[in-house]
Amino acid sequence: MRSEAVILAAAFGYLALLFLIAAWGDRRASQGRSVIGSPTVYALSIAVYCTAWTFYGSVGRATTQGASFLLIYLGPTLAMLSAPFILRKMVRIAAAQRLTSIADFISARYGKSGALGALVALIALIGITPYIALQLKAITLSHAVLVSYPAAVDWRLAEEPFWADKSFWVALVLAVFIILFGTRHLDASERHEGMVAAIAFESLVKLVAFLAVGLFTLFVLFRGPADLFAQAGASPALRGAFDLAAVEGGALGWSGLLLLAFLAFLTLPRQFQVLVVENVDERHLRRASWLFPLYLLAINLLVIPIALAGMLLLEGSDPDSFVLTLPLSAGLEGLPLLVFIGGLSAATGMVIVETIALSTMLSNQLVMPWLLRASRLHAAHRGELRGWLLGIRRVAILLILLLGYLYHALLGDAYSLVTIGLVSFAAAAQFAPALLLGLYWRGANRTGAIVGLLLGFAVWVYTLLLPGFAQSGWLPLSFVEAGPWGLDWLRPYALFGLEGWDRYSHALFWSLGLNLAALVGLSLFTPQSRLEQTQAALFTEALHRDAMPAGVWQGETSRGELRRLLSRYLGAKVATRVLESGDDTQPAPPVLIARTERALAGALGSASARVLINSVVRGEALDLEAVLSILDTTSQTLEVNRRLEQKSQELARIGQELRAANERLRELDRLKDEFVAMVSHELRTPLTSIRAFAEILRDGQDLPEAKREQFLEVVVHESQRLSRLIEEILDLARLESGRLTLTPRRLDLAMLARHGLAAVERLQAERGVSLEVAIEADPAWVVGDPDRLEQVIINLLDNAGKFADDEHPRVRLSLCRHKDHYRLAVEDNGPGIAEDERERVFEKFHQIQRQQHGERRPRPKGSGLGLPISRGIVAHLGGRLWVESAPTLGGASLVMELPEAPNES
Amino acid sequence: MPKVLVVDDEPNIVLSLEFLMQQAGFEVTTAEDGESALARVAEAGPDLILLDISLPDLSGFEVLERLRQTPRGATLPIIMLTAHGREVEREKGLALGADDYITKPFSTQALVEKVKALLDEAR
Repeated sequence: MRSEAVILAAAFGYLALLFLIAAWGDRRASQGRSVIGSPTVYALSIAVYCTAWTFYGSVGRATTQGASFLLIYLGPTLAMLSAPFILRKMVRIAAAQRLTSIADFISARYGKSGALGALVALIALIGITPYIALQLKAITLSHAVLVSYPAAVDWRLAEEPFWADKSFWVALVLAVFIILFGTRHLDASERHEGMVAAIAFESLVKLVAFLAVGLFTLFVLFRGPADLFAQAGASPALRGAFDLAAVEGGALGWSGLLLLAFLAFLTLPRQFQVLVVENVDERHLRRASWLFPLYLLAINLLVIPIALAGMLLLEGSDPDSFVLTLPLSAGLEGLPLLVFIGGLSAATGMVIVETIALSTMLSNQLVMPWLLRASRLHAAHRGELRGWLLGIRRVAILLILLLGYLYHALLGDAYSLVTIGLVSFAAAAQFAPALLLGLYWRGANRTGAIVGLLLGFAVWVYTLLLPGFAQSGWLPLSFVEAGPWGLDWLRPYALFGLEGWDRYSHALFWSLGLNLAALVGLSLFTPQSRLEQTQAALFTEALHRDAMPAGVWQGETSRGELRRLLSRYLGAKVATRVLESGDDTQPAPPVLIARTERALAGALGSASARVLINSVVRGEALDLEAVLSILDTTSQTLEVNRRLEQKSQELARIGQELRAANERLRELDRLKDEFVAMVSHELRTPLTSIRAFAEILRDGQDLPEAKREQFLEVVVHESQRLSRLIEEILDLARLESGRLTLTPRRLDLAMLARHGLAAVERLQAERGVSLEVAIEADPAWVVGDPDRLEQVIINLLDNAGKFADDEHPRVRLSLCRHKDHYRLAVEDNGPGIAEDERERVFEKFHQIQRQQHGERRPRPKGSGLGLPISRGIVAHLGGRLWVESAPTLGGASLVMELPEAPNES
Repeated sequence: MPKVLVVDDEPNIVLSLEFLMQQAGFEVTTAEDGESALARVAEAGPDLILLDISLPDLSGFEVLERLRQTPRGATLPIIMLTAHGREVEREKGLALGADDYITKPFSTQALVEKVKALLDEAR
């Protein structure tokens, strides 16, 4: 029956059952039919206070210290009775601010201080490790007793290699188990409903198991209480064992223990977890405040009978194992297994809750703030931080259990179960001044809290932890007995000459005294930050309000930013639940910001949540973390802004281009109108003469022949002018549209010039113009359209003739080579063209006005299109046409330049 | 015999107008630019002017404006006779005090009748 296989099967079967209960609780919770919505379940879950220490250790302590074990349960009873003043306030504050652990709570009270949170987490880790070790020891020990009974347990843990040490495997199995059901969710403030259900169940199991042993002892081993007490009374060794005087340190020791238990009940991480964090309804406190003390009474009622029976029947065996050895000694098989399971319940319950609470603290107060500060990592893993968080918690759980194992393996046998427990109690009690004073005294500040905690913790290490090391042989025992370096006033158990106290009261006195003194003293003389003042007010006034805001954000942000933040850390589903739907571009109201902070605080702790909110809310003062985490948000925003600016600049540029194009079109339109008006004017002029004379000829049948001849000549002449004009206009249109058809070929410009001269010779002679020719380059090979070029030359000669001097009109044509070009110039001896007029002569319909009056000879008028057309043709052939002063004749000179044709090869 | 002053810089148009006016029984003087037109008015005292707008020196509008400011030219019948056919130009001419605005090419018959009518009116 007591074979290894059966015990292991029972243990694993029990763990599996726990797991099923937890899973069932979680499923019910997700369906909205919570199983922990009952004050009874709440009260039972608080009974996680009763660990293996209670289950096995109370009997042990009762045999050595008498009734003092009761103090450890009297403290919590007092705390529960004062619940309306203390616990209710804590529950309300934690719910309003979504606080996830005692570290978070204290950090939040003192201005969401990251440093304080980290300190509390660290102290908790170090202080509670022995307590976890204790549970491992209890499980291993009970297993060993069960297997090897009636042989005595050989208890030399430290000498075994760790793989042969069952505690190691117990720690590992528990780690896996806790990871499996403690970190399935992320949002710690969603509460571990499954865990609470399992813990409540465990509380029932251990109570039933313990009562079973007690009743078995009273009514099977003895014939009722009267029989037992009569036998005990008859034994001289047991007389006086339960006098108050049996308590170490006397009356002082009593008060010390009572105070220690009272404080630890409120400050132990697992108690804070079940009392405050896992509380779903403030009203549950009411029933729990009497139901839980009742539970304590029930589980302690039979401690003294069992202790007495053990002392009577099992003299010389380990009192910590009486619970197990009493039924074993009676030859029972089933009851010891039940007791083993009960002890396992007590131990696993504690380890589960404690480890989850500690891992939350470690990840939220130590690792996350550090991660947020390491901005590179922060940026590299955005979006996947949810996975990171869970990973961190899982690693933390493993780490905590391995630490517990190490403590157990290295110094586990130095203390009895109860002693180890009290050491941890004293560590947790260091949180009490900052926690409790912070609830009632608004002036308590961060500096005071940090210094107080550090002092208290240092004294705790010195007066309780180090002596433990000494007793395990890690430090010389003289350290305890004579003080370090023989300094007698530094003896850990008699600090500053305080002698005659039990070590707990002694340690408590110095650690809590210094802690409190530093907290009060420094708070009185150092200032509070603005946020700290706000938080202090919110904490101390928590019971005076119906609804407590989590803090007022004065900056602004958008719903979208909050959503991004939430989805990044908690996933999109949570983001939608917290923010609901709405326009993401709208600024988020303060309520929404507060709600987001609470949601983040639920998973990450208030200090980290504050940093994150700070990173998206503008307008609040920023701290270092905020600046770092804002950096990446800001750079995203800047990028978007930059792109927007680019787009708007682009738009502005396009708009400007459109305006310019429109302007050009209008200008072109205006020019076209102008051109049409000019063309029509130019066409009307010859047409006017033609029509007038045609009508005159039609109406005047009796005109003399000479007149008729003259008028007909005018009509013919004007008609020719009209056709020429139309031709020119068409040329111009073709030039401008680029549709002028030129047939360029290699030609001799000198030859062409002579042809042109011959063509105008007669007309110029009639006008009395003398033509001079100076062709220096002969031949002058260029590429051009011969007809068009001749037209240009004739036009130039014609123009020159018109503008030459009245008295002795002279025109000179010259052709010379200039670098790799040929220049053909036509000069006149007229008044020349003023500098600012020189480009305008190439404008369409521009007519040069003669400056002087009273000319002698009639001046044939041009259309004003000759020069523009000429320039267009020359430009088409790759040359230039311009006006300058005539070097030889002194008037105007029109110069045409064409590139030399390539050699004919 | 009424005197008509023809102001234009196109010789063939001057020729036609000269012939038409003489045929209608008027005495004709000519000017081919603005300044000489103003001089002719002063020395010859025409009874009516046919005035072109595109002149080598002044524009016909300027000549009209200046004439209207002189005692002699204030009431003188003046017909603008021009190839500028746009409505704005016509309105400008009439506003400056032209008695009529006839665009080229014109009907010889209509022009002669107009001249006769204006001269009758003036008398």
